[in-house]
Formats: sequence, structure tokens, C-alpha cells
Amino acid sequence: MRKYSAFAIAREAFRGHKGWEQQWRSPEPKAEYDVVIIGAGGHGLATAYYLASEHGITNVAVVEKGWLGGGNTGRNTTIIRSNYLYDESAGIYDHAVKLWENLSQELNYNVMYSPRGVMMLAHNIHDVQVFKRHIHANRLNGVDNEWLTPEQAKEFCPPLNIDKNARYPVLGAALQRRGGTARHDAVAWGYARAASARGVDIIQNCEVTGIRRAPAGHVEGVETTRGFIKAKKIGVVAAGHTSVIMQMAGVRVPLESYPLQALVSEPVKPVFPCVVMSNTVHAYISQSDKGELVIGAGTDQYTSYSQTGGLHILEHTLDAICEMFPMFTRMKMLRSWGGIVDVTPDRSPILSKTPVPGLYVNCGWGTGGFKATPGSGNVFAHTIARDEPHPINAGFSLDRFRTGRLIDEAAAAAVAH
Amino acid sequence: MTAPFRIAGKGRLGSAAVARFTFDGKSYAGLQGDTLASALLANGVHLVGRSFKYHRPRGFLSAGVEEPNALVGIERDAARKTPNIRATVQELYDGLQAVSQNRWPSLSFDIGAVNNLGSPFFSAGFYYKTFMWPKAAWKHLYEPFIRSAAGLGVAPDKADPDHYAARYEHCDVLVIGGGVAGLAAALSAAETGARVIIVDEQATVGGTLKAETGTKIDGKDGWAWAQDVANRLAAMDNVRVLTRTTAFGYHAQNMVALVERVTEHLPGPLPELPRERLWQVRAKQVVLATGSIERHMVFPDNDRPGIMLASAGRTYLNHYGVAVGRNVGIYTSNDSAYYAAVDLKKAGVNVAAIIDVRDNPQSAIIDEARSLGITIKTGHVVAGSTGRLRITGMIVKPKAGGPTQTIGVDALLTSAGWTPSVHMFSQSRGKLAYDEATQRFLPGTYVQACASVGACNGTDDLAAVLAEASSAGLSAARAAGVEGGAAAATPQASASESWTGGMLGVPQGVEDKKAFVDFQNDVTAKDIAQAVREGMHSIEHVKRFTTNGMATDQGKTSNMHGLAIAAELLGKPLPQVGLTTFRQPYTPVTFGAIAGHARGKLFDPTRRTAMHSWAEEHGAVFEDVGQWKRAWYFPKAGEDMHAAVNRECQTVRKTAGIFDASTLGKIEVVGPDAAAFMELLYTNPWQKLEPGRCRYGIMLREDGFIYDDGVVGRLSQDRFHVTTTTGGAARVLHHMEDYLQTEFPHLNVYLTSISEQWAVIAVQGPKSRDIIAPLVEGIDISDEAMPHMSVREGKICGVPTRLFRMSFTGERGFEINVPADYGRAVWEAVWAEGQKHGACAYGTETMHVLRAEKGYIIVGQDTDGTVTPDDAALSWAVGKAKKDFVGIRGMKRPDLVRPGRKQLVGLKTKNPSIVLEEGAQIVADPNQPVPMKMVGHVTSAYWSANCGHSIALALVEGGRDRIGQTLYVPMPDKTIEVEVTGTIFFDEKGERLNG
Amino acid sequence: MLLIRCPYCEKDLPEVEFRHAGEAHLVRPSNITEISDEEFEAYFFLRQNPKGIVFERWRHVHGCGRFFNAARDTVSDKFLTTYKAGEPKPALGESA
Repeated sequence: MRKYSAFAIAREAFRGHKGWEQQWRSPEPKAEYDVVIIGAGGHGLATAYYLASEHGITNVAVVEKGWLGGGNTGRNTTIIRSNYLYDESAGIYDHAVKLWENLSQELNYNVMYSPRGVMMLAHNIHDVQVFKRHIHANRLNGVDNEWLTPEQAKEFCPPLNIDKNARYPVLGAALQRRGGTARHDAVAWGYARAASARGVDIIQNCEVTGIRRAPAGHVEGVETTRGFIKAKKIGVVAAGHTSVIMQMAGVRVPLESYPLQALVSEPVKPVFPCVVMSNTVHAYISQSDKGELVIGAGTDQYTSYSQTGGLHILEHTLDAICEMFPMFTRMKMLRSWGGIVDVTPDRSPILSKTPVPGLYVNCGWGTGGFKATPGSGNVFAHTIARDEPHPINAGFSLDRFRTGRLIDEAAAAAVAH
Repeated sequence: MTAPFRIAGKGRLGSAAVARFTFDGKSYAGLQGDTLASALLANGVHLVGRSFKYHRPRGFLSAGVEEPNALVGIERDAARKTPNIRATVQELYDGLQAVSQNRWPSLSFDIGAVNNLGSPFFSAGFYYKTFMWPKAAWKHLYEPFIRSAAGLGVAPDKADPDHYAARYEHCDVLVIGGGVAGLAAALSAAETGARVIIVDEQATVGGTLKAETGTKIDGKDGWAWAQDVANRLAAMDNVRVLTRTTAFGYHAQNMVALVERVTEHLPGPLPELPRERLWQVRAKQVVLATGSIERHMVFPDNDRPGIMLASAGRTYLNHYGVAVGRNVGIYTSNDSAYYAAVDLKKAGVNVAAIIDVRDNPQSAIIDEARSLGITIKTGHVVAGSTGRLRITGMIVKPKAGGPTQTIGVDALLTSAGWTPSVHMFSQSRGKLAYDEATQRFLPGTYVQACASVGACNGTDDLAAVLAEASSAGLSAARAAGVEGGAAAATPQASASESWTGGMLGVPQGVEDKKAFVDFQNDVTAKDIAQAVREGMHSIEHVKRFTTNGMATDQGKTSNMHGLAIAAELLGKPLPQVGLTTFRQPYTPVTFGAIAGHARGKLFDPTRRTAMHSWAEEHGAVFEDVGQWKRAWYFPKAGEDMHAAVNRECQTVRKTAGIFDASTLGKIEVVGPDAAAFMELLYTNPWQKLEPGRCRYGIMLREDGFIYDDGVVGRLSQDRFHVTTTTGGAARVLHHMEDYLQTEFPHLNVYLTSISEQWAVIAVQGPKSRDIIAPLVEGIDISDEAMPHMSVREGKICGVPTRLFRMSFTGERGFEINVPADYGRAVWEAVWAEGQKHGACAYGTETMHVLRAEKGYIIVGQDTDGTVTPDDAALSWAVGKAKKDFVGIRGMKRPDLVRPGRKQLVGLKTKNPSIVLEEGAQIVADPNQPVPMKMVGHVTSAYWSANCGHSIALALVEGGRDRIGQTLYVPMPDKTIEVEVTGTIFFDEKGERLNG
Repeated sequence: MLLIRCPYCEKDLPEVEFRHAGEAHLVRPSNITEISDEEFEAYFFLRQNPKGIVFERWRHVHGCGRFFNAARDTVSDKFLTTYKAGEPKPALGESA
């Protein structure tokens, strides 16, 4: 891998950029791999990268039915934070944030991790209680998260409407300063380039159509549209399509796939310095380096693989954006799109061995998987390499739905009374 | 006063009134009917913007929505500033003020243009390869710099004073596009009597007829025919003609979203009118007549102001009467640009030369151009342009190589052919098919009830378009089930212009350097080549790496060029490289139009109780609980919240307090099997509860966790009055209905929400019975006749009541349910009686404190969806002998019965004056390093004036076994010592309940 | 916004009148207290989540209030049919 640097750019500038090499190889699949990862999104590519870089397993293929980074990795609103409530969640998301902090240097690819702060708004007393619970738990877990008054929140994010007479006035906010955003495509490309350089084969346009198992149950390989590929171990990192892939191995999983939409505005000069999330009024917004306001909407209520959703979902989101930021009403939606998010009953992911020997699954990230990409790939690689979970993902097992030991981040924020 | 480039006698604006406007502060005059673009061009202004990355000077490329360059800010007043408006779309009105964007200090001298000099360094994706050292510099130096350089216009900084409207509509046939095809389709559909809506994004229908001069339909000039048809349609009762309306989103089941611009073309403000209106149309059939968009030629420096699409030059001439220059060059790869040359020449504009990449093109229009004396150079290419803020010449050379020649021009019109507008078809999830012969993607497989007609369907010949569209309109009406009417006569083409062909990508013999594919994002052919070289083999990767097609025009002119360049370099057929997804919206849509009226008070409904106005009048401070406004506390003059709550708490326990409990959910469970149903939905036993008695009920989900709670009164053998939490009312009813309808349909039970039918006045405290006694009729409310946890029906103040003897305070208490309309009147009567006894009104905060003093939980505060009845010390409420209820199995799963689960306990701070913070975490060892092992958290914490110390409830691992132990609550500034206690802090024996 | 036919009201109505209620034809075990942890997991948590035809429940919550079932293609979001609660899974024939 030829190193990227300012000097490399200068060199190429004088020869018309003709000397850049391919960022990743596009090889034909080999007959056999030690590990086949299904899904070349951020999590799958990161898994392959860490298998190679930390566990010395380089005979790895990542098979992808479309183009790498084309699923939720390239469709999300790129929010990064780790201020989750439960120890298990704080553990894995903060592991990810620590990796984010050095990722550009590690991959020699500028993923533009931008820790400009994620601010979550509280609109009622219940929100305040829930956020305080998070802040205190985060502090004792060594995760930064601080309480802001409405005035402090406005200072941090000047466009914010803190009018006390608003329909749902801002009562305060939880701010994680290490939270922020990164450039989603660069994450996929950076991992792909670094993994490819370490020998990982990334095989695009290769759809998995079956999982072959030995009579004793162990996996033997994957049937694909480009032929059978033998594999000692298989890691499924297929996000919204996980149920479909796992069904091929005869495993039912506690997942449902929902449409999730997002949109961007036309680009404008810098106007929004941080990330703001409001679960109560359903608004998630930041501004990209290009100048577009990046806005996340909610999920539709029904399961779907259509990658489209209803206009009323966008309406609801823009209602909230215009309510929280009334000067954005004249801004224009430039582009909207949908992804398919795989949601577990406790809204926490599954990174786990499965009942099938040699088959591992990393799924259930719901609406917030991007932020975990490095951490998820890192501990999932460990799980595959060692055939046992890393302490950080031990709690995210598939059998928690049998025992009832859920990691219920959603319930912890549930609204009642 | 005549603008210098307006040609007398040309165009269709005639003797329209003058409209004055400013651009960057300079005053100009245009005509009513102009766009901002045509008015500026009439004044000889071509330089209007700067590109995104290199800040290159830019002018107008087009005369329509595909415009990538000419974006301006429109400023009506301080709060009505709109960035990124296409000057080619914005209609001129008197007093319009426009400003250019993305330049400093001025449009003609822009410091940012230094980026252009550095452009060799800023190639595609350069930012992924650098700015990584030193690490901290990204956040503090590089990123802020990149951000300030990026962006186009400036976002408004004031709240938008305009309003936006929304409409829902159904129709038989929705026709999208008001050009020849759309009008013909709409006419034939309408004549059957079908309900037809036809929409067009422009101010008037006509489509590409706007540019043309040679079309005649039914013997009339094309443009005049179009206006006649539109007038006929508008006069029909079954037709709605919407102009200035863009169909931007095609959703499942033929729901199409339209946005109508109502006032953007008018001077204002016009507060009585919405600025824009969102239409959501459910159409039985859709006819797509969305036309096609001309592409530009790709060659070095093809972006200078004055270089435009041929169709744009022709539109400005034939519709607006504006010449885009005095000495115009033409560069083309198909015949359509020849029409522009001929029209310009006939209007007296010099045509310097027509450069045609084709070797030996033959057609009537070429002959006509030649006969007008226009120089035509076939087999030639334009290899560059000269000029700075405006083109001064085109550099021409033979395609096969040879000497270059610079031909002086002040404008250059180019055409690389036409791209069918398949955006809406693609959004409908139809599959496109690539037509190799004409190098274009056309509608292939349809998945919704729609049809494509005209140019968007690849139909080029006018007569064929008219026949296809008329037939599609009729078929759509018939498919929609409209049987009446006769098939209308198909309009006849009397004369037409027609052409096919064109090219994609960079012509042979031309460098790819600074040959722009995507103007706004400054993507050149060379950038696309670099992306391919770097391994970006999917068109989606090429798009994301170069940002080709991701500007505000969404690649309307650039996508096909980019695809062709990538395909050629990859050596693959074009369709195999793929086509990027056509995403909504077709053109950018104002947030406000989508949000509509849902702002301010209309953002979300506000629910108020029957007594809300009384609380307001008595100075209550309110809190939001879901959609409800609840009285939080009632401060007297000079009291802060703390003082008010202390007073209220003490008054209730000393005499009495009156509380509005109306927001609690209420469900009536009625029927012969009502008790059996209650047995299944709640953990408690119900069969033996006597009519007239109440019981505290717990509802679980099937997984065994607490879902809701509330007091349930049995009014009669077959009738229960169930209360739920305020937030739980709707979901509890849904949960009950779910089980009743789908799991236990054999039970004969009816469920009715009565939350809003009954207002609830809680009277709590030692004097509560004395207060209500004078008002109650027909109910013996003595302790003997009506003990704690009983319910009676009778009258109060002469109106019906369901009177509960119950308590959420630990005091003797009543909850008076009265029909909501009488709520305030009865409240006032109770209040008047209460005054005699020194009672107070109290709010939710006092309610919370009083219940916490008694250890009563609030579901959602002391529980969080992971708490079992046993965790909450409520095992007593689970019927041990019951064989089934929802949650009975879930609560026995391994993790729900393991030792060491978090259990609800009380906490007393060692320093009684410290009130814990709700949500604070609890540890056993305060001296351990971070990350600390947390054993629980504080769920409720208050100052208890009645106890004289702070109180708290907490969920603590193995909590009941820790009672008496000391635990610690580490706060940022100190660690608070606490003792684990039982959950009851006041009147532990519960004697006060009974008076 | 989907258009959904309520089999009780016999009308095509907009999605906002309805509430999705998860996979259909899941029956609460009559012997629920006796089933194993694995069986409980299968009943309460595991789902088909098919890419293709899903049998799912909806409730006409802002209408007649009834729960009913639907067969829908999760790739196109097209409804194949809706039918009343308690009726068996319909044979979908060619279109399935």
C-alpha cells in the first residue's frame, strides 16, 4: 500500500494524478478461505481488517452482493457517541470512540472523525431524569457526558430555539464533547484499502445464496452467485439482510428489518456547529463539511426491504427541525433516501457465536450502528479468531433472549407516567 | 427603456410591464414574465455565480430547473432570505433583490478563486489522503478551513415569518408534465369525464414548446395550442391544472407528492397566502410526461460564463426575446442546436460558426443553416475556450487532429443530445432499460399503475408523441374505471421540429483537463478517470468519490456523461457500470412546505383537562406529560417551587389537598367475562373482588416486566373501571384489545376508553371526607360504609359521579370522577368547601413527593421496562394461585429470577439535608477507580418536609438484603453517604389511610 | 404512505389510520406456563422477518379498532391481501 500524504498529493499533482494505485484489489474469489465475511459494509470490512491486523488471519474474503459501503454505511447520518446507559453499551461504544480517535492515522485514510459534540435535548421532566441517569452512569464508567442548561445548550448550538413557550421547550441537554461525526464513505473505503493491502479479498457483486453445512453441523462455505466458496468460519455482517442470510444456515434470529430515512439540505455556509438529537420531538441534525444539513428521520412502522419509506415520516422529522430551528424553514431538502435497519427486541446489537459451529453473527445495530463500526469490527474479529467473545461483547450474545438478560437501552429511556 | 440584449419584436412577453430589480445591489429593469435569468441576460449580465470548489466564474447554463451554476440568494426582507435559488426558475417581480453567492469580497473579484490555481492538488478525493498530521489539526485547523470554504449560499438567520399549506387529493389520472405529451394525455383523459390533475413546474404549460418556433398542432403555433389546451382543461369541472407545481416524490401505491409555489413569483409579503403548498395526491393512474433535458458538451474550460445549452439560448430568444450574445458560436453533436443557430441568425444575431463533431451530418435544418450563410465545421471539436469572466473565443480543431483556431464569440451554445427525464419513473421503482441505439435509459418494467409518454419515453416524433399521449390518457381513464365519454380526437401535428442523437462523454481528440462534467461541484472528466483508476468501479463509488451528480441539480446534465466516461475507461458496456439511484426530490423542496402548519402551537396537539383553566387562573406552573399539560405546582406570591411544594405537602397531610387527576387513563372493561379477562391481563386475582371494591392492579408484558399499574374499581359483577398511568392510556388499551381480539376472543368483553369522559378530582388528607360530605348525594361515605379501596356511584353537586375511596398519598382520600363537562364546576364547589378547611390545590410535584413518602411507585420513573413485580417489591400483587396471566411465563425466565437483581429500596442520606439527584448512580466502594462497579441508581428523590429529611427510592442490586447498610453516591464534587432503608418513609403502618 | 384495506370496514384507507402489530399467526401457547425457555424465546422473540411475502398484523386503530392480518411483499411494500383475524393464512397462488 503506497502511503497517502500531502507529499504524495503534490507528486501526483505534477503528473496529472496518473500514479495513484487502486485503493483495493478486485480479485476473483479463491476456492477457500479461513474466514468469509458476508457483507462489505463498515462493520464487515472492519472485521476483516482487524482479523488481518490483530489476529494474523489474512486468508479472508469479504463478499458483498452490491458495492462495498453501499448499505447502511453509506446511508446513515454518521453520528458518533458513546454516552449509553448500560455498562455493556458504554463499553462497546466507547471502545469504538477510542478507535475513532486514531482511525485516520491507523488506516492512513482521512475518515474525518470530527468530535464536535453531540447534544441530546431534554424536553420534559422524564427526559431530564433519564439523561441525568445516563450522565451519572457515564461519569462512573469514564465516558464523558455533561449536563447543559438551556442557555448553555444555545451557546453551544446558536440556532437552537430555547423559547420557554415552545410547544416542547428545551429543559436542558446532555452533551458528549467527544461525540461527533465522520465521513461514512471514507470509513468503508479506508478499511477496504487497509484490509486489501493486508491480503483480504473484497469480492463485490457476489451475492450469497446459501450456507453449506457439514452433516455434523459445522459450516463448510458459502454458495454465491460467483460459485461456491469454501470457508472454515463465516461471519455474517449483513445488517438488514441478516435474517435472510441466517435463515440459509437454519438459524432464526430475533430481528425485524425496518425502513429508516434520512435527508440532506442544499449546502450552505457553516451555520450548525455540532450534532443535535432530540428523541422526544424526533429530530437528528448536523452539518456536513460540504455544508449540507444532514437530518435523520424515524423508522416506518412496518418491516420492509424496499429502502423507501413514507413521506409522512419525513414530514414528522421536518416538523421537528423547523420547530427546534425556525430559521431553517426556508432551507430546501436536496436528497432523501432510505436504508434497512435490523432491530432487536432490546435495541442492542448481537455480536455472538451461534448454535452453528463456525458461524458468527454481528447484527441488530438498529438505527445507530455507524458509530460502533471500529469497535464492532474489532471485537467481532476477536470473537471469530478465538471462537469466544471479547469481554467487551460478551453481553451481546444471542442467548440473552433465552435467559432474559437483555441490555435494554430503549426500555431505559421509555416514556411513561 | 430597452435592455440592450432584448430584441424588439421577438419573444412572447410582448408589451409586458417593466419590473425593476437589483442584483448585487445594482439596479436593472426587466419585464413581467421574465425569469431573473432572462432579465439579467437582457441586460448583458452573464457572470452570476462562483463554483463550489474552485470558485470559478459561472454564468447561466440553462433556462430551467437543471441549472447548476446560476444560484443566487433572494432577499425579500431580513427574515425572508432564501439561498440557492435558480435564477433560471425564479420569476421576476417588481422589487426583486438578488445577491450572488460563494464569493468574497465580490463576484468579479473572489479571493476563493485561488483554489482554481491550486486545483491540481484538489483532485477528486484529495481530502481522504491528507490533513491527517498532526492529529489534532483536523479538528482545529483543516476542518474549520474546509467548512468555511464549502457551502453555497448563506442560511437564513431569522425565524421564517411565512406559512405553508397542505392538501390531500385523490384523482383518476395524474399527469406529470404540461408539455405537448402531457397536455394531449390530460385532454384525452379529461374528455372521458375522469378526474384529472395535470401539473407543470413552470409558470405556464408548454414545456419545450417554449423554445420552439417550428411546431404546429391542429394548425396552430405550438405554444398557442398549448395555452388553448390548458385553458380548455382549466374550464372543465373534472380537471385541475396546477402550474408552478413540481411533482417531486413518487411513493408506493401511486401517491405522488407535489409542491406548489404560491407566492414566490409575486412581490410581497402576502400574509394571507401560503408561500408554498404541499399536495399529496393519490392517483388511480399516473401519466408521466416529464420530457427530456439537454446535455452540454464536455471540453476544457467549458464552464465560462456565456457558454450555455443550445436549448437555453433558443428559449431566451424565442420566449423572452433576449439574445444571449451578439456573436454566438454553436458546438453540437446533434441537430437540435442547428435550430438555435437558425433562429438566432434570423433574429439578426451573428452566428460565428457551428462546430459539429459529426463527420457528415445530413438534414433539412443543417441545409437551412447552411443556406443562411452560417459557417459549419463538421468533424471538428471545441478544444477549449478563452476569456475570464465571459467567454471571448472558442478554440476549434479537427477531431482527427490538426491545427487549432480560435474563433471569437461572446456566447457559445452547446448540445450533446437529450436525456429523457426518467426520475419519476425510477422513483416509482420501475426498472430502466438501456437503449443502445440512442444511448439512453428509458422506462422498462413498470411496477405501479403508470405510463410514460413523449420525450421521457424516448418518443421523438411529434405525431407519434401526440398519438401515444392521447392513447395513454384514454387508457389511464379507462383503467381508472371511468367508462363515460368518447375518445377525443388525437391532436394532429401540422409541422414539427425533430432530431435524435447526440453523444456522451468527452469527444475524441479533446483533453479531459478542466472539462467539466458536473459544473456546480467542479467535477471534470479527469476526476472521473482518476476515480476509476483508484478502483472505483461501481458508478455509486465514482459518484461518491468525485461528488459527480451530488450538487443541487442532482446531476440532471452530468450523470450520463459521468457514466459514459467511467464505462469507457472500465471497458464495460454502459448499463453494466450501473446507473445511480434517482433520489427524491426531483428538485429541492422547501422544508417548510413539507412541515406545513405543524409549527408552534400546532406542532403537536395540546391536551388540557376540564380544570385546566382554573389552574391557570390560580397561577399554576405546568409541566408537559406526553401531550398533556399538567399543573406542576401552585406557587403563592413570593414562593419558589421548593417553598410551594413544601407548603402543599404539609397542607395535604395536615388538612387536605385537591389535585387534578384527570389525565390518568381510564378504561371500562364490561361484559359477562370481564373478571376472567382482568385475571388474564393483570397479575392480581379479580374473580373474588366484590362489586364496590377496588384493587391496585399490575399489568405485565408477556416478558414478565411491569408494563403499567393503576387502581381498578369493580362497579358491578360485569363492569370494571380500570385506571392506567397518564402516558400508558393508549398503549394499555391497545394491549388489552390485542389480547381480547386475537388471543382470548372467546371472552365476551367490551373495552371502552373513558379517559376523556371523566374528569377526576382527588381530595386527599385528613379533612377530605369533611370537604366532600356536603356535596355528595346518595352515597354513605362513612369509613364503615365506604372503607379505603371502595367505589360508589351516586351524585355530587347534582351530577353523576363515580366516587372512589382511594389514596396515592397515604392519607384518607377520595377521587371524584364526574362527566368532564362538569369538571370545573364540581372542582370549584370542592375548592370552596376545601377553603373552609384550609385545604390547598396541589400539583404533580407534590403528588410525587407524597407518594414517595409512602413508597408508592411511578411506573416509568421507578421502573423502566426491566423491572419485575418482585424487583419492585410488589410480589404481593401477583396472584399465587393463578394458572395464567400475561407475563406469567416471562417472569420465570432464568435472568428474571436470579439472585442479585436490582430491587426497589429506600435511601436516606446520612446528611438529612442533602437531596439526591434522580438518576444518580450508587456504588458500594467509593474509592475504586473508574470504571466503577455501579450497584444501582436513584429513581426518585425529594425533600420531604413532612419527614424533615430527604427521601429517595432506588433500584439496588440485592437491595432488600442491604437494608441497614451504607452505600455511596459519587457526585462530581462530592460523595454522598446513604443508608439503605425500606421504601416507606411516613406512617409506616398505614394508619392514616383510614382516617 | 401505504394504502391499506381494512377487511372489516371494506375500504382502502391511508396508513396513518393503522398501527402495525408485528408478525401474524403467532399463537400464544395455551400451556404457556409449561413451555421451556427456548420455546418462550421462539414464541416471543424470534421472527421470520422475510424478504418477500410477510404475514403481518395491523390494527385499524383510528377507525374500527379491529386487528386484522395482511400478506404483503416486503420488497415492493405491495399488499397481496388483507383478511380478518382468526382466518387462516390465504393461499396466494401465482402472485406469491
